[in-house]
Formats: sequence, C-alpha cells, structure tokens
Amino acid sequence: MKELICIVCPKGCHLKVDEENGYSVTGNACPRGAEYGKKELTAPTRVITSTVKVRGAIYSRCPVKTAAPIPKGLIFAAMELLNDVELQAPVRVGDIVIEDICGTGIPFVAARDL
Amino acid sequence: MMNYDKHYEVVIVGGGPAGLAAAYSACRNGARKVLIIERDREVGGILNQCVHNGFGLHYFKEELTGPEYAGRFADMVKGTRADIMVDTMVLEITPEKIVKCASQQYGYQAIKADAIVLCMGCRERTRGAIEIPGDRSSGILTAGTAQRYVNIEGYMPGKKVVILGSGDIGLIMARRMTLEGAKVLAVVELCPYSNGLNRNIVQCLNDYNIPLYLSHTITNIIGKTRVEKVVISEVDGFTPIPGTEIEFECDTVLLSVGLIPENEISIRAGVDIDGRTRGAYVYENMQTSVEGIFASGNVVHVHDLVDFVTGESIRAGAAAAEYALGKRVGGRVINVVTKPGVNYTVPQKIRPDNIEKNVEIFFRTNKVRGNSVIRVKSDGNEIAKFKREHMAPGEMEKISIPKVLLDRCGDSLEISVEDAES
Repeated sequence: MKELICIVCPKGCHLKVDEENGYSVTGNACPRGAEYGKKELTAPTRVITSTVKVRGAIYSRCPVKTAAPIPKGLIFAAMELLNDVELQAPVRVGDIVIEDICGTGIPFVAARDL
Repeated sequence: MMNYDKHYEVVIVGGGPAGLAAAYSACRNGARKVLIIERDREVGGILNQCVHNGFGLHYFKEELTGPEYAGRFADMVKGTRADIMVDTMVLEITPEKIVKCASQQYGYQAIKADAIVLCMGCRERTRGAIEIPGDRSSGILTAGTAQRYVNIEGYMPGKKVVILGSGDIGLIMARRMTLEGAKVLAVVELCPYSNGLNRNIVQCLNDYNIPLYLSHTITNIIGKTRVEKVVISEVDGFTPIPGTEIEFECDTVLLSVGLIPENEISIRAGVDIDGRTRGAYVYENMQTSVEGIFASGNVVHVHDLVDFVTGESIRAGAAAAEYALGKRVGGRVINVVTKPGVNYTVPQKIRPDNIEKNVEIFFRTNKVRGNSVIRVKSDGNEIAKFKREHMAPGEMEKISIPKVLLDRCGDSLEISVEDAES
C-alpha cells in the first residue's frame, strides 16, 4: 500500500494505492484521483510550463505549456528544446511553439496572446 | 460639492483577477457605466507572471496557466461595456466616492463613482518586515519579484538558491528556478508544517528532490557585495536553537514569507480594517463598513486559489451594480465570531435579509489537524456542525449556512474547530 497526495486539483486528497490489487485507489474524492493514483505509480506524467523568447511584443518572454502531460523523465529534455525558440509577435494563445516533444507527439503551445 | 471629470456607476480599483471578475459581474447585473483602473500596462495582475498551471479547475472546469486564466477573463470583460484605464494609479478615494487618479496620458483625474469595488490585491512581505539578521548583500529578493524577472523580463536572479518560506509562491519558484538551471539548495520553513498546498510540495519539491527544512529559519546572511552564504537554524517555536546551524553556499535568497492585503487607499476612504485578515471587514455581499464601497479578492483576505477570488469578486461586482442602481440592504446584522481553532472569517457580518438560500463563510484554522469538527453556535446553542478529515492553515475552509438557520439564530454566530473524538 502506497500513500500519495493527489495533485490533480488543489484539494490535495490523501490517496492510498494498493499496488498488489491492480492499483486500486482509496481516499480519492473524484474519479480523476483514482486515475492519478494508478498512473503516478506506473507511468507518472506532468504538464510542464515555461517561457520562450519573443520579439516585437510588450514583453521579452512568452509563456508556453505542454499541450498535455508528458512523462516525468522527459522534463529536462523538454526544457532544453525551448532554449533555441524565438517567437515573433503577434502570438496567439494555443499557437504551436514546438510540434513534438521528444517523440511523444505532444506539442508545446503558447499560453497567451502577445 | 467636489468637482469631478467623469462619472461612472461602478469604479473598480485594480485589474487583476478580482477586478476583472467584479467588472464582468457588475456589467452582467445591470450596470451600464463600469470602469476598471489598473496601474500596470495591461490587465491580468499577478496571473500574468504565474506561468505555471493549476488555475481554473473550479471556475472553468479545466486546468489553465495564469496567463490563460487572465486572458479568458480579459476577453470576457472586453465583451462587456466596461472601460479599462491602464497605466493609471489611484491616489485616493474619498468617503464621498470620488476616485482621484493619475496617468501619463491623461494626467490627474477625479472620477465620481456611485459604487466602488476595491480589488488592489496584496503585496509580499520583505526582508525588512521579518528582520532577518546578517549582511545587506545583493541577491535577496521576494519570490514574486524573482518570478517577474524570470517569467516576464527574462532574467535569472541567481544560480544557487535558498528559499525562506514554504508558501505556494516559494514552492512554485523552487521548481521554476530548478527548471531554468539553478540549484535550489533548500526551502526553509519556520512552522512545523508547510503553508503551501500539498500538491505543490509534491510537484514542486519532491519531483525535483529539493529538501524542505521544517521548523527552521535563516539566522544569518553572509556576503560583502553579493550573497555568499546563508546560515539556517532549527527553531523551538520562534527561537533559534544554538548548535543546530547548517550553512549553505549560495548567491540568492528568495523570500516567500507571507502576503499583506494592500489597503492604504481603503483606510483613507474610511474603510474599517480587520486586524486578523488585514483586509476590510465585509458583509455577506462584500460591502465594507463604508456604504457603496465593496472589496474582493486578496485585498480582503489572502486566498489560496484564484477561482475563489473570482467567485468572491462576482458577488462583489453584482452587489456594487445593485447598489449603483439604487438597491439598499438593511435589517438585522449577525456578527460572525471566531472561537478557538478559527483564525478569521470572511464575511465578518451577515444580514439575513440579504441572503437568498444560504451564506458561505470562509475561514482558516490555526494548525494542521486530522479528523476535525467545525461547530457553528449561536448564543451557546449549536446550530450546525461540519466534519473534515484534514484541515490546515494553508487550506482555506468553506462552510455554507442555510438562511433558515440564520433566521432562527441570535445576533452572533460563533465558529470553532476542534479535534473529532475518535
């Protein structure tokens, strides 16, 4: 039995995950907690947010995020990809910044208009 | 009679998440002339520098970054008739509801308001506020300032970092600095528990193996020009224990040691401030002690989640619009009284005549608790109780009291928290 704190929402439910019984989860207040508990022990993922250089805008950085959670092990490799990116304003929220993060098929997208 | 340049039904001071939601709601509730006054060059407030995700799960039912959340509300406000004045600083609000402000573009202006919503948010406590001993080296800054440098200006404040305070901003910046290549040596927390959300301990510290030193504080900062070394000590309560010192060689100290509602303007307008929250005393509809002046968001009490700021501001904006259109609220006033286990409540005053179905009361407990009971009493008689499996000062609590119970209770409502009998 493994104890986790759910990070799906700010409520932070205290989960208990039974690794020996198909990763069944207790202590979750919603179905997403059960999904998180299982995934966290089998294939943990995170949404990564950061910023990239932008030219011609009111600020010099544009916030970006992974369009979906990526495997935890790829976090620093994903960050590395952003170092060479330079956007040109205007940028629209949702614009693709990097098409495919390390073969996951998941893109980095802009997180604001600029 | 005071002269003024313009007239609005509702003037909102501050264009962060509170101000945007209040403006949106004021327009939706019948106000036709609504103005937001914002001192920065765009609306959105601190959300614009909070590039991490986790915003909006309650309000939008999806997980957004700060700039996305701000962008959605800015778009919603653009779809209303509200005017926005940016780059404009409010200097003073008079009790007669004249808002005096200044900007480069228009110079000094006096704006008459029928109703005002105070949405100035809060600011960070600094090194001076908590009197950290040591050298006055460069490299000591608040976590929010560092966040602005990194996420908006594009500067890294340092390479080897010690963070004092485990509030959410400190935790978020520990992760952010790590992702940008800095080494975060320690997050140091005076209390025996973290004041941040549990999820942030997991995804900001544990994910990156950043050590959290509970019941510790910084007892010395060493560095002639730039920070060179930080000494932390274990504490017994608030007193450092000699012999427990740990030294960290670092070049940067970030402070996440609490937020203070920014109420200088409110006080000059005659608004009464609650010493517990450092924000205005408010009624159930977020009106302050001055009729027609409302307040919402972090200027009233520091929230954990922007979604709750939005909810509160929607109520404040609606009430301000109703006031501007002539509605007056009267009747009996129930005082909400904090009893053991409860640090403060918002609202502090409830007028049952102005409650439709139920009233939501927000509060914080005074320590980390397991199974607990929240008791609501009036004149010593229990009228409601609520169970919780887990409570912490870092997590705002909410209870909902039905109008029928309010109608039956006396002039005070006492709220306490105690450990449940197992």
